[in-house]
Amino acid sequence: MRAIVAALRELLSLFVDDASLVLAVLLWIVAVALVFSLRLIPAGLTAIAFPLGLAVVLAENALRGARHRRDRS
Amino acid sequence: MTAWAHAGPSVAAAFLASLVEFVEALTVVLAVAAVRGWRPALTGTGLGLGALALLVIVLGPALARIPLHLVQLAVGVLLLLFGLRWLRKAILRAAGIIPLHDEDAAFAAETATLRRGVDAVGIATAFKIVMLEGIEVVFIVVAIGAAGGLLVPAGLGAAAALLVVVALGAALHRPLARIPENALKFAVGVLLAAFGTFWTGEGIGIAWPGEDWAVVGLIAGFALFALATVPLCRARHAAPAEQGD
Repeated sequence: MRAIVAALRELLSLFVDDASLVLAVLLWIVAVALVFSLRLIPAGLTAIAFPLGLAVVLAENALRGARHRRDRS
Repeated sequence: MTAWAHAGPSVAAAFLASLVEFVEALTVVLAVAAVRGWRPALTGTGLGLGALALLVIVLGPALARIPLHLVQLAVGVLLLLFGLRWLRKAILRAAGIIPLHDEDAAFAAETATLRRGVDAVGIATAFKIVMLEGIEVVFIVVAIGAAGGLLVPAGLGAAAALLVVVALGAALHRPLARIPENALKFAVGVLLAAFGTFWTGEGIGIAWPGEDWAVVGLIAGFALFALATVPLCRARHAAPAEQGD
């Protein structure tokens, strides 16, 4: 049982380093999927907004990481 | 002769379409090999090919009926999370916030793990890319070959594409080994994030402008955005802490 938990934890750590990054990415995917399926914005715009939102999430997370490390040092 | 003249377009179509998929897989497998070593890259590739072969044997003709968008969505999300995690660390390293070699202990553990022959990160990355691209190639071969009873010629076209790509990989792996480690990790993060975004988008149903060529735009976009984030992180790290910041 302990080995399975350790293996699952190891598997999870491949994808999760900062939980807030994972959460933000998943929320953005769900939001885009919802907006796309309800046709709230033009399809062409979704193709631009989706990667742009991911890039913004990444940049915000990296900047927050930089600030946290500064505050700790 | 007539049969092959009839099969020619199918062979060419399967060759070209499979070539694109194999090159996409090669890009990531080479990056894994350069960053994590050949052992996990080849192990992941071998496991991916084995799982793919098993999938084809077990599922056979029913394979074409599995909704591709579900595979794309699942693998896309995993690759995206994986890639953004790498890219975030590479940005912080490039900004000097995480020293390039601050993870000596981790590196030692990594080396020990590699010596034991288990590198879950490298194997998983190579495995996923080979599986996904392989499934796409199977779909391509089935789609091109099934209609006219040309599965064998279409399969041969795909096999020829695989040989071309393997030769390309053999030629390219040495120049790649000379690139600095963090630059490679940065590039791998960009690639995984771009492919992950592409496949997640495909899974959602987004019609990418330029279809498969959109991946090139995504790679360029993520690279530019990540590079622009590096000086911002450096400035944020260097700025004096303010109240409420």
